[in-house]
Amino acid sequence: MSRKFTPKVVTGNALIEGDAVWLTEDDRWTREMSEAELIEDEAHAQMRLLFGQSQPSVVVGVYLADAKAGLNGPEPTHFREDFRTRGPSNYPHGKQATA
Amino acid sequence: MYSYSEFDEAFVRERVSQFRAQVERRIDGSLTEDEFKPLRLMNGLYLQLHAYMLRVAIPYGTLAPHQMRQLAMIAERWDKGYGHFTTRQNIQFNWPKLKDVPDILDALADVEMHAIQTSGNTIRNVTADHFAGAAADEIADPRPVAELLRQWSTDHPEFQFLPRKFKIAITGSPNDRAVTKAHDIGLRMVRNEAGEEGFEVIVGGGLGRTPMIGKVIREFLPREDLLPYVEAIVSVWNLLGRRDNKFKARIKITVHEHGIEEIRRLVEDRFTEIRPGFSGVDQEVLAGLEAAFARPSLPERSLGGFESAYTNDPVFRAWSDTNVAEHAVPGYGIVTISLKAHGKTPGDASADQMRLMADLAEELGHSEIRISHEQNVILPHVHKSDLPRVHAALKEAGLGTANVGLASDIIACPGMDYCALATARSIPIAQEIAERVDELKIEHEVGHLKIKISGCINACGHHHVGHIGILGLDRAGVENYQITLGGDGTESASIGERAGPGFSADQIVPAIERLILAYLDLRESDSETFIQSYRRLGPAPFKAALYPETAEKERADAA
Ligand code: SF4
Repeated sequence: MSRKFTPKVVTGNALIEGDAVWLTEDDRWTREMSEAELIEDEAHAQMRLLFGQSQPSVVVGVYLADAKAGLNGPEPTHFREDFRTRGPSNYPHGKQATA
Repeated sequence: MYSYSEFDEAFVRERVSQFRAQVERRIDGSLTEDEFKPLRLMNGLYLQLHAYMLRVAIPYGTLAPHQMRQLAMIAERWDKGYGHFTTRQNIQFNWPKLKDVPDILDALADVEMHAIQTSGNTIRNVTADHFAGAAADEIADPRPVAELLRQWSTDHPEFQFLPRKFKIAITGSPNDRAVTKAHDIGLRMVRNEAGEEGFEVIVGGGLGRTPMIGKVIREFLPREDLLPYVEAIVSVWNLLGRRDNKFKARIKITVHEHGIEEIRRLVEDRFTEIRPGFSGVDQEVLAGLEAAFARPSLPERSLGGFESAYTNDPVFRAWSDTNVAEHAVPGYGIVTISLKAHGKTPGDASADQMRLMADLAEELGHSEIRISHEQNVILPHVHKSDLPRVHAALKEAGLGTANVGLASDIIACPGMDYCALATARSIPIAQEIAERVDELKIEHEVGHLKIKISGCINACGHHHVGHIGILGLDRAGVENYQITLGGDGTESASIGERAGPGFSADQIVPAIERLILAYLDLRESDSETFIQSYRRLGPAPFKAALYPETAEKERADAA
């Protein structure tokens, strides 16, 4: 019996800025998680992960993170991934500054 | 002032230019991340949650004004206008861009600073008391000995492949401000019955995953025996240490597994063997270092300005009582500048604040600045008649908080606001606790209380040795905070004990408030501190305050 697959997004940090980025369906890296590709199939997730990892001159530390479908696109399920969509809580720095 | 001899201009410049080439090759794609990562870590560059972070060493926490100004310049030019002072006497910049880092490293080298990280299983930087060279209770400035140990251990052929990293801390005072009991070796200067100076030698302490308080291996070691004795300890551990398991390799585990008596016997044997080989050259080197670290001359002056401000200005008086410590020279004080304004991030200073502290040090503090592991900045030599001016300038810059050693002087690691290893946030918890105690206006009444927060088991926030320790964890995808009670990082060191189930992010601040209020009810007198009450009463009444429902239920069951 196979467990139900938790949907994923491919994510990492931009090489120059270190900012969190996500992989889109059309192979771009976006700074908005809502634009990411939500992957619902395990085999496809592995393929997209490999694709993400094959771009080391753009993105660093690529991994699969749990996500869920939201009104405007994929949303984080874990608080760590949630923080990555915003920035730190002690200053209005990071993504929340430009949002 | 001593110019740190590890700083070899040519070597550091060479390293920066190598790293510049490596960054270029990383950006143009000719180096992979796997190849580049160890190179950037060696140069103090980490990848955090939202950006890169550059960690810069401040040896012995000792900084000169022009260095502080350069840190301010770096913060403004390449970062977001501030820096974060850590619990390991470093400064971290949280937002550098990869392509700018070589320029930052060059700017550091311009003021004899660097971000080179000692790595590998060697003897690491020796840390020393931040009041070194100034404290009234000090027997001698420990920094010359720290520097001697560093010079001796660097490139020591026997110690390049130790079972694990090895850290030494040293204090020149019987009052331990350097947390010596939480290091692989701790050295505490003491006098024996004959009045001679020597060291109490402590071995096998450490925090992190398996926290342990170091044990005294030698109660009194004459000064001139220091190097051979330390060498004997390292050499015994080098043979016995567990190389099979990274988590069991530190000397704290060796001491735990073999027992302190057995370790002592082996160390004393080895010491007797190697002692004759030390001809006294080390003592000559030490004498030279002592001259280099000598205290500036501190002339005697009138105390008039101080006394009238102290009598007439209650705000100044409160600050002077909490933030100024006794200096060895009459008429002088050691100023601790609090980087813990209520509601602000512990350890952060803006570029403007850094420049102001540099100016004050230069004008009124004999050009000396220290950074403490408690994330504050110290002006070690200020004449008391200059304190009103120092205080007025600090207050203006948001640096005048009178809370050193009090409930809101919280140590907090960066936690999940920045750190990629974190399991929960630390900073907002520290901010909320500080704001709450400020609202209640109770911290001066509460008195000496150390609250320490870590965002994961690595314990960078030293939570095990907080009177109240808080450890942030991830419990089933939710931030959860575990409280430990009764920890102590001083000469009476102890590891805090877990109080019970953890609290959610919403519940943790009210829980700490209940704890503090319970202490006020429980203490015998105003002069009994939190840790003293805890030691007298044990954990039960404090746990009852933390978990009122459980306490209620137990009472009902017993009835
Ligand atoms: S204790 Fe953990 S979360 Fe805090 S700085 Fe250290 S590694 Fe990061």
